[in-house]
Amino acid sequence: MPVGPRARSRRATLGRLGGIVVGGSAVLLALLIGAAMIIGLGANPLEGYKELLVGAFGGTEELAESAAKAMPLLLVGTGICVAFRAKVINIGGEGQIIAGGLLSTVTALAVPGLPSIVLIPLVLSMGLVGGAVWGGIPGALKAYLGVNEILSTIMLNLVAVQLFNYLLRAPLMDPKQIELGTRIPQTRRLSENADLPVLISGTRLHLGVVVALLAAAVAWFFLWRTTTGYRIRAVGASAPAARYAGMPVKRMTMMALTISGALCGLAGAALVFGSETHRLQTEGFATGFTGSAGFNGIVAALFGGLHPLFTIPSSFLFGGLLVGANAMQRAIQIPVALVIGLNGLIVVFVVSSNSMRERFSRTMSIAGEAAEHEVATADAVVPSVPGPSGALTSGDDSPSRADPESEP
Amino acid sequence: MTDFIAVTFTVATFASGVRLATPYLLAALGETLGQRSGVLNLGVDGVMLLGAFFSYWAVLKTDSITVGLLVGIGVGLLLGVVYAVVTVGFRAEQGISGIGIFLFGLGMSELLFLEWVGTPLPISSFDRLAIPLLSDIPKIGDMFFNHNLLVYVSMLLVPGLTLLVNRTTFGLNIRAVGETPEAADSLGVSVARTRTITILAGNALAGLAGAALAIEIGIFQHNLTNQIGFIAIALVYFGAWRPSGVLAGSLLYGLVTATVNQWKTAGLVTGAASSFTTMAPAALTIVALVVIARRTADQPAALTLPFARGH
Repeated sequence: MPVGPRARSRRATLGRLGGIVVGGSAVLLALLIGAAMIIGLGANPLEGYKELLVGAFGGTEELAESAAKAMPLLLVGTGICVAFRAKVINIGGEGQIIAGGLLSTVTALAVPGLPSIVLIPLVLSMGLVGGAVWGGIPGALKAYLGVNEILSTIMLNLVAVQLFNYLLRAPLMDPKQIELGTRIPQTRRLSENADLPVLISGTRLHLGVVVALLAAAVAWFFLWRTTTGYRIRAVGASAPAARYAGMPVKRMTMMALTISGALCGLAGAALVFGSETHRLQTEGFATGFTGSAGFNGIVAALFGGLHPLFTIPSSFLFGGLLVGANAMQRAIQIPVALVIGLNGLIVVFVVSSNSMRERFSRTMSIAGEAAEHEVATADAVVPSVPGPSGALTSGDDSPSRADPESEP
Repeated sequence: MTDFIAVTFTVATFASGVRLATPYLLAALGETLGQRSGVLNLGVDGVMLLGAFFSYWAVLKTDSITVGLLVGIGVGLLLGVVYAVVTVGFRAEQGISGIGIFLFGLGMSELLFLEWVGTPLPISSFDRLAIPLLSDIPKIGDMFFNHNLLVYVSMLLVPGLTLLVNRTTFGLNIRAVGETPEAADSLGVSVARTRTITILAGNALAGLAGAALAIEIGIFQHNLTNQIGFIAIALVYFGAWRPSGVLAGSLLYGLVTATVNQWKTAGLVTGAASSFTTMAPAALTIVALVVIARRTADQPAALTLPFARGH
């Protein structure tokens, strides 16, 4: 018997409020620990955090820079949302960003003469394709052979980085670098027709940011307003039930990772053609190009409750943190690595408090329903991925409650 | 081609492979212990990085390898407490919590390295400890019995843990908690306590693995492990959750790494092509994962499932 609509919406509101409180306290707690560490390292945390805030959100230029930094986080995070709804964990963002970046770069090198109106959509699509391939491989391995996707995606990251290094040191290297003998591993200046237009002149805000926002909106529509999206969520909620209902579970699993990879690949393309140098270059490892977006996007998605639309403000926040961390480094000489470490802590806090909150709200709801003579139903199921009831958006959207009646 | 073979099949390459297998083996044995009790720890790489940094720093300051190793174990234990509180206490989702620990280790080890050390100063490495008589055996002696103490310790852990898991009451508890925690609980075995102990031991081994890596290489740098911690998790699957299987996998990885190093040293692989040899261990892992994917029957039934009484 389903839970009464009044009880449900009240609980959803409570869940959302609780989510915001939990998310906010996770960041605050992490920043407090960060402050203690800054003191330990002999610097002034108040000064550092002030520089961080001003550097991230202090003016038009700063806000634009934060938005540009948030772009890959939002795309990766949106992909994470899709994958997690199917109960698939995609740690392969780094590799998928590289795959998308490489394929779009090769495309721009092959057909540089095309007009912008054709070339820009083309390179972005090739980014999607490259990422889809790099995400589709672990997707197929998981769906059809039962290979653990966490391990295969991590390994594909390493393979992608080395492929990247090889291609930029040999076939894709700028001919000028070979001529001069400097051999810096980078491509030539890519076709100007592929440059992503800057939206506010004098800032770093480029078309890629709009593309990322659109992608998040489309992902929301896909997950909650299409049959395939519904199937993906159903598979994530309960694979046996979905199979019993005649859904192609394996295809959905593979599709979720492929879409996730494609979005990361799109981020890769947007990073290349929205960059200031307009060329692809390597420093030997991935982080120079990706800025660890493949990992930080996971943090943004988790913080956004694994909901594409809530991942938008969340990505902006984390993009700002990363931009601000650079300002902090300049001001008080604390390396940006601090923010990566604090992101890890935020993940741990959010995941811990989710499971605590779930237990708390379950106890509350069971008590409440007993009073209303209602029977607690599927809500009592604790999902093993914090997706559904995760962070900010605990509510009716969660796959563990994906009952067919709620479908339009 | 003959050059490649000549360089690969030498006593030096094999001996180096056995040494390089140690970090993989220590980390994977720790992970095995945790997984047998139903706990997946994806944070191994982060624990290894912090263990590696702190032991590197300790050796740099004290010039004592023993202190370095102890510091590595201590760092592992501390992070083990955190992980136990999060996954056993709060029953948080294990996969994601592990990624959080990984990011924490990745960021903090770099931060502290840049702040406290800055330039990668070399530290003194392990002393060789030749085992009398055995090390005199031609070839075999140099391959297996002329290493540092930690290599022997990690090798002895293999039969040690096999006995612990299969022949002791505590081992029985570990297996029971990993397969059917409800049944174990009803028989009075504390699921929380058993899992906490395996998490602490597993993380201590991961910290020691990081220390072993840093001291073997004699240097620390950003992302020193380069995902060895994740390969170690794959090795647990590869070894079908048995210490002996994990040993076989670790030796394979040690040998592959040693071979690739030797090719580079001998000048057989140069320039851009070295990328392909660097990706070899990762590519090999994917192949191994595909080959072993069918063997899920060996996987502990309660792996990744938090336990709460009365559910």
